[in-house]
Amino acid sequence: MSSHAPATPLGIDPAGTVHSSHEHHELGFWRRYIFSTDHKVIGLQFLFTGLVMLLFGGLMAMAIRWQLAYPWTEMPLVGKILFPETGGVATPEGYTMLFTMHGTLMIFFVIIPLLTGTFGNFLIPLMLGAPDMAFPRLNMIGYWFWWPGIVLILLSFGAEGGGPAAGWTSYPPLSTIETAAPGSLQGQNLWLLSLTFVGVSSMMGAINYVTTIVKMRAPGMTYFRMPLSIWGLFISALLQLFALPVLTAAGFMQLFDRVLDTGFFTPTNTTINGLTPEAGELAAGGHPLLWQHLFWFYSHPAVYIMVLPAMGFASDILSVNARKPIFGYKPMAYSMAGIAGLGFIVWGHHMFMSGMNPAVGLVFMTATVLIAMPSAVKVFNWLGTLWGSSIRLNTSMLFALAFVSMFIIGGLSGIWMACTAVDIYIHDTYIIVAHFHYVVFAGSVLAIFGALYHWFPKMFGRMMNETLGKIHFVGTFIFTNGVFYMMHQLGIAGLMRRTADPYAYETFAHMQPMNQFISICAFCLLFWQVFFVINFFGSMFLGKRVGRNPWKACSLEWVAPSPPGHGNFDRELAVHHGPYEYGVPGQREDYCPQTVEIDAAPTPVEEPVLA
Amino acid sequence: MKFNLFRVFVVLLFLAVPVLGVWTFVDAERWKMWFPEGVTTYAGEIDFLFDIILWMVAITFVGTEFLLVWAIWRFSKKEDGKVTYTHGNHTLEVVWSAVPALLLIFIAFSQMGAWSTIKMNFPDEGPYTVDAPMMEVIAGQFDWWVRYPDEEGNFRGEDVIDVPFDIHVPVNTKVVFRLKSRDVLHSFFVPKFRLKQDAVPGMSIPVWFEATETGSYDLICAELCGWGHYKMAGRVHVLEEQEYEDWLSQKRSELYAND
Repeated sequence: MSSHAPATPLGIDPAGTVHSSHEHHELGFWRRYIFSTDHKVIGLQFLFTGLVMLLFGGLMAMAIRWQLAYPWTEMPLVGKILFPETGGVATPEGYTMLFTMHGTLMIFFVIIPLLTGTFGNFLIPLMLGAPDMAFPRLNMIGYWFWWPGIVLILLSFGAEGGGPAAGWTSYPPLSTIETAAPGSLQGQNLWLLSLTFVGVSSMMGAINYVTTIVKMRAPGMTYFRMPLSIWGLFISALLQLFALPVLTAAGFMQLFDRVLDTGFFTPTNTTINGLTPEAGELAAGGHPLLWQHLFWFYSHPAVYIMVLPAMGFASDILSVNARKPIFGYKPMAYSMAGIAGLGFIVWGHHMFMSGMNPAVGLVFMTATVLIAMPSAVKVFNWLGTLWGSSIRLNTSMLFALAFVSMFIIGGLSGIWMACTAVDIYIHDTYIIVAHFHYVVFAGSVLAIFGALYHWFPKMFGRMMNETLGKIHFVGTFIFTNGVFYMMHQLGIAGLMRRTADPYAYETFAHMQPMNQFISICAFCLLFWQVFFVINFFGSMFLGKRVGRNPWKACSLEWVAPSPPGHGNFDRELAVHHGPYEYGVPGQREDYCPQTVEIDAAPTPVEEPVLA
Repeated sequence: MKFNLFRVFVVLLFLAVPVLGVWTFVDAERWKMWFPEGVTTYAGEIDFLFDIILWMVAITFVGTEFLLVWAIWRFSKKEDGKVTYTHGNHTLEVVWSAVPALLLIFIAFSQMGAWSTIKMNFPDEGPYTVDAPMMEVIAGQFDWWVRYPDEEGNFRGEDVIDVPFDIHVPVNTKVVFRLKSRDVLHSFFVPKFRLKQDAVPGMSIPVWFEATETGSYDLICAELCGWGHYKMAGRVHVLEEQEYEDWLSQKRSELYAND
């Protein structure tokens, strides 16, 4: 326990930055920073690794955009690295590899680890008032199980025939028959093994999150006093627990098909390039649709894993900076559960055109459109939260507001593709690309930025620079829309995704100028992240030091020192009410931390906030 | 003062989303960024269903985005001002849960007619049926093979006609064909027909359409099938009935001449 903390009415040390752990025991460098069992260090490990992978995935997106804007011309900067044999000009098989790996990296190595790995680890114990995760060692192993996945996926670039190139969905038989694509040689095996490691890593995380949330809440922290960030992380962890085993099993089935010549997904009498297949494949007796069912049984819930925590972060940031309780707390929690529950019975909407029985499509359609209902409830409640509030337009708030604005677009465009008849035309066109990038990039990634600006003071004990942050926000917001908005119209005009050079078709020949506009916006979007990188790393060392609660927020993580020491809290915690008690009438301050009873709230002792 | 200017700028930024968003949709047709002209009997129905959703989506989009912009403008005026202390409103929650739910169920049911027409109810009279299709379309890396049966309607044997890449069909006729793949997944997509169907190895999937205008149209592979996916282009030629008959008999006579 900190020795120099005078007992204030809140029991909070006004000096703020207390490293109480150091008085207990000193850990060596390796145990403290590398093989740490501290949830905060593991969270930061996920953060830094995830940001590096974000850069890789982003560069791949740029290569894709170059090819779509200026097909078969020399790609500047990354071209020589990606396509050394052709002097920097993309090859058709290289292009298929690029979008396969862009999708794979962004989903499994960026978005899911940043949302659940980083913020799940960092926030869950802090927001619940727990000293650490339920299984700290499992938590550490979880992070280190991610690394074989990273190594294998990076190695696959150098595999014979190049990286995997069957799309991030990896549909057989393209992915299972070695002669079907260059990337289906060794590259696909590495892809499957990599995803297995990533899955095990996520599983360990999910077990930890669920156990911690169920068993380690501080006294008084009932389920319905948890911040919505925790609800988002809790529900997405449950989704992972139920869905991931299916993907892992399916991945092994595909690996067996490839390595042991089993025939789960290979139909009888498949010939590739006119070659008679091997004896085993002749009578394989499998079915390609089986993979699609298994894959989407995981990967559709995975879409909600990629957005539910972001919804939680946005809710928390909105409420703190609107200085007003979240509107409809319980409907917000129930709607997340509703999205997750429905999320398990809608996977077939990826398969409307697949040859699946069309009657089944009708069932999947009805379930799918209904997901828009809880999503709408969330949007209305966010608007309700802002109504009658007093908004602080700081950087994290701007990103949270942008999340709401962008999620409206991504959510609404989903209705078209949920509808079987309309989907006949728009399936696999750019309107789909627009839709999922509005949810996952303009939604989740912007929410991640907002969450980083919001929780950075807790992570590092310093503020990020607000001016740089606002510059970062404005450019990111403009260029994000510049990149993704017109993809809707391209899709409505029929433009197909995953085509290396669409302009050879009469239908698409006139679309190159629009694609050039989109690509230029994409290059600017990536370049603009320089402001974030400078701000993020600069503020880590030069940012203004802050106390425990710079945003004057109610939830428990702001009761801990910034950054919290080992064991997180330097006092006993008792939770008296929900996490969003802002603007309570008759109080001297406009917020009541969860540790303070409302009717007896004294003036919280805390230094002022910057604008 | 600096803060106030920034506030105006932010509001304009968020306002640009619905304004530019609607404008680009309104003007899309002028830039040829909209549906290509539909040339089958069911194309109009799909476009109509799209438009129904478009109107609902547009109204919701503009409404919610303007509310958001207004909220940002109105409630960021004063910092640390008085706020309305409320945790929600039960009636509002019920209304904004029930209304979207009803609209969405309406949308789902409105789709079912067109979907079953296109994918489930195949013509059971007329020259071509599921059991006596006009042709087989066999997709493979990276070509389309179109196979017309011999005069007895058999798809096996010496007298079947195989045509690469080009599909010839008569106008104003319910054309039923079977879609197959000989290797990996492909997808049969003719944008102007509003028709898309995956080709799956091991399956023989019936597909139908009735073209209403003669002409040549792009046939595009819409499911990733390997490195050559982007250039797996075919053409569908919709001919007058007599032209089609002439083309078919010419093909047959070429076949017999080769024997």
